[in-house]
Amino acid sequence: MIKPHIYKSLGLATPQYKKILEILKREPTPTELAIFSVEWSEHCGYCSSKKLLKLLPKKGKAKTLIGEDAGGVVIDKNLAIVFKMESHNHPSQVEPHQGAATGVGGIIRDIFTCGARPIALLDSLRFGPINKAYNRYIFKGVVDGIQFYGNCVGVPTVGGEIYFEKCYSGNCLVNVMCIGVVDPEKVVRAKAEGVGNSLIYAGASTGRDGIGGCSVLASCEFKEKDEKRPTVQIGDPFMEKCLIEATLEALETGDIVGIKDMGAAGLTCSISEMVATGDVGAQIELERVPLRQKNLEPWEIMMSESQERMLMCVKEGKEKKIKKIFQKWGLNAEVIGKITNTKFIDIKYKNQTVAKIPAKSLVNAPLYNRKAEKPKYLKILRSLNLKKISKIKNYNKILLTLLGSENICSKKWVYEQYDHMVQTNTVILPGSDAAVLKLKGTNKAIAATTDCNSRYCFVNPYRGAQIAVAEAARNLVCSGAEPLAVTDCLNFGNPNNPTVFWEFKNCIKGIASACKYFNLAVVSGNVSFYNESPKGRVYPTPIIGMIGVIYDVGKATSHYFKKEDDVIILLGVCKNELGASEYLSKIYKVFSGDAPSLDLALEKAVQKTTLESISRSLVSSAHDCSEGGLAVALAECCIFDKENMIGAIIYGLDFNIREDALLFGETQSRIIISCPKNSVEHIRKIAQKNNAPFKVIGKTGGKNLIIYKKNKVLLDVSLEKLHNRWYNSLEEKII
Amino acid sequence: MKFGVVVFPGSNCDQDCFYVIKNILNKPVEYLWHQSTEINNFDCIILPGGFSYGDYLRAGAIARFSPIMRSIYDFVEKGKLVIGICNGFQILLEAGLLSGAMIRNENCRFICKYVYIRVENTNTPFTNLCKTNQVLKIPIAHNEGNYYIDTEGLEELKKNNQIVFRYCDKSGEVSKIHNPNGAIDNISGIINKKGNVLGLMPHPERSSEKLLSSTDGLLIFKSIINWIENKL
Repeated sequence: MIKPHIYKSLGLATPQYKKILEILKREPTPTELAIFSVEWSEHCGYCSSKKLLKLLPKKGKAKTLIGEDAGGVVIDKNLAIVFKMESHNHPSQVEPHQGAATGVGGIIRDIFTCGARPIALLDSLRFGPINKAYNRYIFKGVVDGIQFYGNCVGVPTVGGEIYFEKCYSGNCLVNVMCIGVVDPEKVVRAKAEGVGNSLIYAGASTGRDGIGGCSVLASCEFKEKDEKRPTVQIGDPFMEKCLIEATLEALETGDIVGIKDMGAAGLTCSISEMVATGDVGAQIELERVPLRQKNLEPWEIMMSESQERMLMCVKEGKEKKIKKIFQKWGLNAEVIGKITNTKFIDIKYKNQTVAKIPAKSLVNAPLYNRKAEKPKYLKILRSLNLKKISKIKNYNKILLTLLGSENICSKKWVYEQYDHMVQTNTVILPGSDAAVLKLKGTNKAIAATTDCNSRYCFVNPYRGAQIAVAEAARNLVCSGAEPLAVTDCLNFGNPNNPTVFWEFKNCIKGIASACKYFNLAVVSGNVSFYNESPKGRVYPTPIIGMIGVIYDVGKATSHYFKKEDDVIILLGVCKNELGASEYLSKIYKVFSGDAPSLDLALEKAVQKTTLESISRSLVSSAHDCSEGGLAVALAECCIFDKENMIGAIIYGLDFNIREDALLFGETQSRIIISCPKNSVEHIRKIAQKNNAPFKVIGKTGGKNLIIYKKNKVLLDVSLEKLHNRWYNSLEEKII
Repeated sequence: MKFGVVVFPGSNCDQDCFYVIKNILNKPVEYLWHQSTEINNFDCIILPGGFSYGDYLRAGAIARFSPIMRSIYDFVEKGKLVIGICNGFQILLEAGLLSGAMIRNENCRFICKYVYIRVENTNTPFTNLCKTNQVLKIPIAHNEGNYYIDTEGLEELKKNNQIVFRYCDKSGEVSKIHNPNGAIDNISGIINKKGNVLGLMPHPERSSEKLLSSTDGLLIFKSIINWIENKL
């Protein structure tokens, strides 16, 4: 008789256990219980989120490919882009180096398992305040894990974002996005088919690492003094590199019917999902699984989350040919089972049945209806009396403080540790609004970005999520790319908490509405709940990863000023908005006020104007205004290129609002363009046609950034000073 | 003439080198699996960057035992050209085909960025199209690029004009502040005494297209072609 504390320790609740009894019509074996516990965990089963995720649009302007592991868009007759983002938050909090490294490895496998060659990685990271030693340890460990894995595996890390905020103390976020290219005709599904075909296990051997990673680690919050290190997996990027090459070579043969990587819940998940998707059955002989150590129990073999492993369904008679390819790369490849027509997964270990489960039951985890309740504190949090913000007038000093903020300053200390150039596609290097990668064999390029301001999402989940989508699109547009499709990684607290679930629900609605407005499909994604520690829960953090296409790679645009005497144009308007801003947080230590307003029609007009101007080669640079507002954005335009810094005089800001809101407010839908004089009238016309607010605000040149309001100099700082503060701050804060 | 690009398990710049030779320079090129030993019909062999065998023991330490390396000794003996880029340079040092050793970057971190290098010796098969003291803009990406050699060895390198590239600034000034990894005497590339084996840390294949902001790397590949085709 299985006692409640046994199944509860595996993360199963009593109603779930009763459901298992109902399905099997008997008590489960230990292996069966383990299998159900991982497949029905929040992490694999999406028990709380599945219903709401249906709100996200699956179709958009681009032709989409939606598969089991990742989704994509077709951008040329022979070329599709496959991409996905995934979290590895909990493992990274427990063991930053390996947690982040295996996060990178896992998402790369999701891409090449579709038959796509991985061409880029982006990382969206969140940590607790940088002035705490423990947070710095986590931060450095995560960066080290990403460089360790990504550099060796030969996939460039081209972009991402990093923010430090109190809510991530005790629960960091590590979201990794991978992008791959594939011929749309050759996309492979994670599906087992054809009675008599073989299941081949390939890659690293199975050990005891990561057992219960997804059910125990990813599906509950951190408590004091928990020892969870053994549930973290260990990564081997060299093995993964060989696995990529071997898998892509093997897929070329056309003898692989379906393939899936072994990620969360290892062998259990890949067998059950492949078999269930193909609506077949399978007979598995577990003793054939290559093991790293002797005496693993059958349930341990099924649960292990050892990294760098794949499961393939291979045509009968072609097993030897496929095995040979993996062996050439020094990798294991063993037939571990056959496809049957029973619709049962029948697992034997040394001729004894250890599990016999209807395949479909595993992939249809019981779904929950969680309670959602709007928190009462929001009303107070959102109210911000600007009159009470005393007006500190030293704007030079404020600008320097903001440029030195760890949330704004240059992240070169991080991205110089990542190989961001391997594969020789990186046209726009890290540090700009979006990364741009050329696509060999075409004249096109793609741009990619990740975005989310979680402060906005905390005070206003719906609008905050909309802003994340709008900003991601804006970043792509500034690079000259037309936004095409979205992947999301939704990081939230414990879904049993009605406030958390309300946040989750509203963020999803916000993403859905903005994506529909911009006609973007959400092609893949990931949900991470239970991001909590005794110090509290994380702000709702729905990271948006977005891909766009540049039809002529020669028109890829970066954000910084290129030459003197260019005209500086502002598309969009400046409003009296300071809520939830970096300015309030860093200068006044205040977090209140509502997220900036967002008018999707205005956003679209500004983006259309920018994109059209870039595609007609009228523009020298384009940069969006985000954290730190207009002044910070202008400074970044001046100082990014260390060898060729170009100053600016800004004299056309005739908005009738507070000076600090004008300089540092985070009003949305604003893009700063610089262009040669003879482009100005063309751009003005394009803006008029699209109904986008257009204003010439200044010109480039000189060795200072000077900003006027009417005849008054608000701010005048030397580029040297701005650059030093922005360029060196991160390093100074962590050493 | 024909190039060969060696593929060790864990090489990750093999395809980039192949692409430059084939698609940009339109010259014949083939991949050479690390277990192949028939390499006599090639004129120049490239040992590409990456993490051969994971570089788990020490960068290049395992790759030097690959079957192809035995053939490469003969190949070098015959006076044919070998160029080792990044991990390829590390392998050449481990194999004893070049003198000295690599230790970890001074700051103990991986460094990926554009640097400037000055051509110190233009009288080589790899730099014959460069001008004396020409400054090249080429990126580096490595963990262990801190080149070391003892005093005697350094004197020997200098005496024989074996130092081919040094880290410098945009204007060509060689100084400590423009040394990204702590390499002795700012050395970023050397040749063997015979002059047919080059090892360098920067990646010329990453700076061979206008779109990638520098085409200076092409000078190295073009020099090789010039040297072979014109039998200099």
